[in-house]
Amino acid sequence: MAWNLASPLAVLPGLAAVLLGLGLGLPAGFARLRLVGAVVGLAGLLWLLMQGAPALLDGAGEYARVSPAVGFWCLLVVLMLLMADALATMALGPMQRGAVLLTVIGALAIMLGSGVLADLSVMQEYAARRDAFVSELVRHLGLAFGSLAAAAVIGFPLGVLCHRREQLRGAILPVLSFLQTIPSLAMFGLMIPLLGWVGDTVPGAQAIGIAGIGFAPAFLALVLYSLLPVVGNTVAGLGATPPAALEAARGMGMTPAQRLLRVELPLGLPIILTGLRIVLVQNIGLAVIAGLIGGGGFGTFVFQGLNQTATDLILLGALPTVALALTAGIVMDILVELTRRTPKDTR
Amino acid sequence: MKIGMILRPALIALLLALVVRPDWFVPVFAPLAPEGGPVIYQRASLLSLSLSHLGLVLMASLAATFVAVTLAIFVTRPAGAAFRPLSRTITNIGQTFPPVAVLALAVPALGFGAGPTLVALFLYGLLPIFENAITALSTLPPATMEAARGIGLSRWQRLVRVELPLALPVTLTGIRLSVVIALGTATIGSTVAARTLGEVIIAGLLTNNTAFVLQGGLIVGLFAVLIYDAMVLLERHLARRMGG
Amino acid sequence: MIEIDKITKTYGATQAVDSVSMTVETGTITVIVGTSGSGKTTLLRMINRLEEPTSGEVRINGESTLSLKPHILRRRIGYAIQGHGLFPHHTVARNIGAVPELLNWSRDKIAARVDELLDLFSMEPAQFRDRYPGELSGGQQQRVGVARALASRPDLLLMDEPFGALDPIIRTRAQEDLRRIQKRLGSTIMLVTHDMEEAIRLGDRVAVMDGGKLVQYATPPEIITHPATEFVANMVGDVERPLRLLSLIPLSEVVEEGSAEGEALPPEASLRDALSACLWTGRLAVPVVQDGRHMGRVTLDAIRARAELHT
Repeated sequence: MAWNLASPLAVLPGLAAVLLGLGLGLPAGFARLRLVGAVVGLAGLLWLLMQGAPALLDGAGEYARVSPAVGFWCLLVVLMLLMADALATMALGPMQRGAVLLTVIGALAIMLGSGVLADLSVMQEYAARRDAFVSELVRHLGLAFGSLAAAAVIGFPLGVLCHRREQLRGAILPVLSFLQTIPSLAMFGLMIPLLGWVGDTVPGAQAIGIAGIGFAPAFLALVLYSLLPVVGNTVAGLGATPPAALEAARGMGMTPAQRLLRVELPLGLPIILTGLRIVLVQNIGLAVIAGLIGGGGFGTFVFQGLNQTATDLILLGALPTVALALTAGIVMDILVELTRRTPKDTR
Repeated sequence: MKIGMILRPALIALLLALVVRPDWFVPVFAPLAPEGGPVIYQRASLLSLSLSHLGLVLMASLAATFVAVTLAIFVTRPAGAAFRPLSRTITNIGQTFPPVAVLALAVPALGFGAGPTLVALFLYGLLPIFENAITALSTLPPATMEAARGIGLSRWQRLVRVELPLALPVTLTGIRLSVVIALGTATIGSTVAARTLGEVIIAGLLTNNTAFVLQGGLIVGLFAVLIYDAMVLLERHLARRMGG
Repeated sequence: MIEIDKITKTYGATQAVDSVSMTVETGTITVIVGTSGSGKTTLLRMINRLEEPTSGEVRINGESTLSLKPHILRRRIGYAIQGHGLFPHHTVARNIGAVPELLNWSRDKIAARVDELLDLFSMEPAQFRDRYPGELSGGQQQRVGVARALASRPDLLLMDEPFGALDPIIRTRAQEDLRRIQKRLGSTIMLVTHDMEEAIRLGDRVAVMDGGKLVQYATPPEIITHPATEFVANMVGDVERPLRLLSLIPLSEVVEEGSAEGEALPPEASLRDALSACLWTGRLAVPVVQDGRHMGRVTLDAIRARAELHT
């Protein structure tokens, strides 16, 4: 394919690098070799992309667009998987994983910032909507993190209460898991009339932004979805204290508050943070749907793209969402592991 | 339990009525519809949309279950053990992918319609089933496994008679999660022109017709809750039979 | 002095503890022994008010436990349980210093106390202070558990099956350690067990519980020779009785003038040890030697005569 697009001389190094990368990476057994292979392969792929796009555009009209086809995406996925597998096999510590993540983000930023890929249609789409992109990014992050914060503020005390009172737990957890079952589109849709009604009837509600359309219904829907993981994991985390340790804490004269702060909470923190990880990753994904009800975020691009059958617009929304979700997942995993780092064997 | 005995048949009846005889609910939804506008979604019958919606979910879930369980069996055998770390990595990363993004990314490759929806439902459905099946197959009681070998069952017999039945409840939990996600994701499928109940909700959103949003949401929500509930009951029944 | 006064605990229709009264002298070990469901643990837990008594009261040095808030009371009473209950996320030092920390002792005072206790339990402070419970052996975890219960120099130490999770050899050593440390510190200890052997070995006095009632409260020899009920007799075990009794009597009580052949025993050894040595080596007497000084001998006849004395 690439032969026709650019001169063989320009393509050769890239092609060789991809083949070398696959050759190094595919044989099982040596994690480091696999990692090197994946990096070399990705570099080759990038080279091909850089060479191919201008060559194709050469002489084409002003509105011509280039985007990589299925072959590129397949190679990309294979090489990324090789890299992920190599990193997983090497069993890096949390700090090292953080460093790898930063390196990858840095490399990505340099690559995108340097303009070597500016000829790609996704990047052109980005260039055309730079301001909108930034404001949707901010909106997307606001939806995901804001709902996470709200859910934590509501859910954590609720979880502590549920941990203490068994009847409350029996009443609240089924309601929350019922909320999780409601399909996201339906949930977002149902928030619209609900908040519209609140906005119309409660005085002052509209002044603080509560209305049937836009940010508020999306935000509320996300908060409702987040409550189960937060409350459920708080209950599970606080309940994970070994019974003997709890009995000892009581026996030595700790007040309920001291037991919570000194024993139950530190021991349950990894599980509670895991709940927040689930919420964050889930909400970054679900926030896309906000685009459908005028709530903003990357969903705006995705659904515009779907409406106009504009693949690049879809990618402009979907790729950053995936990247955000992956980054959030990795960062939260590192945090969970850091809080778990006390003894090797916690029994 | 008691609430369930009354609530369950009531919800089923409500769902059936909504799907088969939506015109009965005109008085309920009328105040929510824009003046003079249609109260009940007309462009397609709610029944056919429901069937198409459930059909998509069923197909995707069956395929996902088959593939995920086969893969899980493979990587828990000695021959496939080498692939286990890789499969775990893929599962972990895969679950971080937002369902909507999977759906959106399938469109460029597969075009509009049921195709991308089916693929997205299938791919996203694989993960919870695979993960639960692996957990179930690798945490079987060692004493039971030892006994199965001790009485002279072959590998194949152990798999079919001991491992799979014992792994069933936990695997079913994965299937349940997967089905519920699929029901929700299928709704979004109508943004890529798949025929699902999401069509009703989106039509409502586009025309500011709250009645549409509500009836679509209510039907999908009821399906999700009832299917979830039925599968929980099934899991409990199986777990009880195995003395769990 | 601990006075337990007609204490009762009722759960619905069942009487877990039925009007138990007993007095525990300061500086002694009292072992409460009984089968499971006898109410022994409930009795113990009512002393630091982990269970609230339905009626009756407990007085420590004349002061009713009801006059304090439960958590304040518990800080003055040490509590060690089966499976140690150490905090897995805290170091050994922080575990031992937990109660002093609750009592707002200064940091230096806590650190000094922690090292003192580790020394007392033969654990090198520099080596163990900063370890986590998960990095210790079962026996070490148990010792840290007891050290934690003793950290604030409590008026009373309650122990609920403290050695239940240990294997037999470590268990015997832990019991000897407890006896040694109790003698040294002069602590008052109440300990719950289901093991009569342990009760007889450790207790200055033994309280036998059955069906929520205190059926006998006496010294170990008394329990062995005059069991108050058939239940107590069963707990002691008919066949084992003479041997158990002999195990309580030191050689110094029956040592007589004269000499004997073979390996010598110290005067603190029990008549059971002497009997065992006689039977195993076919001797009629064993010499008794203290720090290299010959004190006399103990004969098989004297052992038999002492064993028959119980009536």
